[in-house]
Amino acid sequence: MDLLWQGIKEAIRLLLSGDPEVFSIVLLSLRVSLTATLTSLILGVPAGMALGLSRFRGRRFLISLVNVGMGIPPVVVGLIVALMLWRSGPLGFLAIMYTPLAITIAQTVIALPIVTGITLAAVQQLNPKMRLQILALGASRWQMFWVLIKEARLSILAAAIAGFGGVISEVGASMMVGGNILGQTRVLTTATVLETSKGNFDVALALSTVLFALAYTITLAVTLLQQREKTL
Amino acid sequence: MHYGQRTVLRIAHLSIDKGEILAVIGPNGAGKSTLLQILGLLQRPSEGRLSFDGQEVTGSSDLVALRRRMALVFQEPLLFRGAVYENVALGLRLRGVSRNEIRRRVELWLAKLNISHLAGQATSRLSGGEAQRVNLARSLVLNPEVFLLDEPFASLDPPTQASIVEEFQNILAETKTTTVLVTQNRAEALMLGHRLAVVIHGQIRQLDRPEKVFSHPASEEVASFLGVETIIEGRVLSSTDGLSKVAMGDHQVAVAGTYSPGEKPLFCLRSEDVSLLLPHDGADRAADANMLRGRITRVTPLETQFKVTVDCSFPVTVLVSKQAFIDSPLAKGKVVLLAFKPGAVHVIPKRLPS
Repeated sequence: MDLLWQGIKEAIRLLLSGDPEVFSIVLLSLRVSLTATLTSLILGVPAGMALGLSRFRGRRFLISLVNVGMGIPPVVVGLIVALMLWRSGPLGFLAIMYTPLAITIAQTVIALPIVTGITLAAVQQLNPKMRLQILALGASRWQMFWVLIKEARLSILAAAIAGFGGVISEVGASMMVGGNILGQTRVLTTATVLETSKGNFDVALALSTVLFALAYTITLAVTLLQQREKTL
Repeated sequence: MHYGQRTVLRIAHLSIDKGEILAVIGPNGAGKSTLLQILGLLQRPSEGRLSFDGQEVTGSSDLVALRRRMALVFQEPLLFRGAVYENVALGLRLRGVSRNEIRRRVELWLAKLNISHLAGQATSRLSGGEAQRVNLARSLVLNPEVFLLDEPFASLDPPTQASIVEEFQNILAETKTTTVLVTQNRAEALMLGHRLAVVIHGQIRQLDRPEKVFSHPASEEVASFLGVETIIEGRVLSSTDGLSKVAMGDHQVAVAGTYSPGEKPLFCLRSEDVSLLLPHDGADRAADANMLRGRITRVTPLETQFKVTVDCSFPVTVLVSKQAFIDSPLAKGKVVLLAFKPGAVHVIPKRLPS
């Protein structure tokens, strides 16, 4: 109990003192996870729309892959991305292993099926006649997609929340492809794991508190936006 | 038009004139909505040709540009999330119309449809009637050359339906927009249509002025769909001076028109063209009227009338006003007379088995 109390006190001190090390870890975590979420939205929303709206051979197979991907353990993603980016791997020539970019790629791979799957479900829930109605109003194909995205925006915001929640909290992939290098690839989750393993529970607790506060603040902002939209 | 192996629509030829209102009526699943979607260029016909304003629509046609000259209203309002104003403005925004022009036109049509007060309202909070008005405004604001309406009033309660149909009739009279109206409602078809197409099993079975279609259905199927309840097979006995004598069940009936003796067409009688009399009232009737004696077998109360089925060796349906029914001692089993003029009988030549 004393340990927990000490930890909380240290956490508050660390946060209030504006420790540069903690600050850089927080910034990197935010940058990597927000970039990964945004990238997964840019790729996943059109992919989900295409899977939901079109009919082609192999579509069901792709949907099953997306569904499996929604629950894939981050360590598995980390391993696959590590194998790809490894010096002797197919993308080794890029030399981005153990960089923030590698973590961003791994996190994008984790968030992508989540965003795609939720978008797909959202589009399939829309009335199929809605597409015809939009075209009948004079929309081009791209305008139709845009109107449908706007129509499914509550679910797409939910996809953003789920995607961000999934990547800001994952540790396995970031550890494997980032290497947890201080000042370079150390993010909140990997730092927490390291401090816990060293027995520095106060620092670990401080980092966890920041992680929780960050995840909560961003999710709250998106939730408020989503619920405001819902009343319209 | 085929869906897989199934042919859902087979139209030999259909042309719609500029400014015309064509009502399309038919049972569920007859292919009416498919026809409308083909006309609206939302579905490509499996075979055949389609022309719009004299130009054939081909694979290389700019479908978006052509669609922008039309407006299609579905039965369900299918409104988008957000405010009424934004919904009505959407089609204009898609066309890149200026903001001021959008405001002018949206406000004009919201006012014409009596929904100006709903401009800022979320579409999720609208009643069925309000939502359908918004749906109509969303199409009317586009000032289309062609209006395609897929049972737009079907989901409304009767008073709302009546008021919207009347307003819509006024708008069409004012704008003279070419319109194709798909409906199941016979009154709507009669009220709005310049011509009426009856579509059954994917084919146009009759296309004519609505009054003509209702008074002279082309086939038993059309007659039965249009609510002609008495359809009897008879045999022509003789024919002189435009009047034929026909054997129907145990009776001989005079029918207007010349037919070959021995011919066995179908004879249709609309319920509203038959009068029901008590046996002693028969003498008052015009001398040329047919008079059949029968027994009441069924009485069904309707909204403002009673539907009475009389067995005269074949069943005949008659409509009797509520007041007349209360005044006269009519009941199941009672013997009555049925009177109708020879001209009230519509004859459908029986198709020979192919």
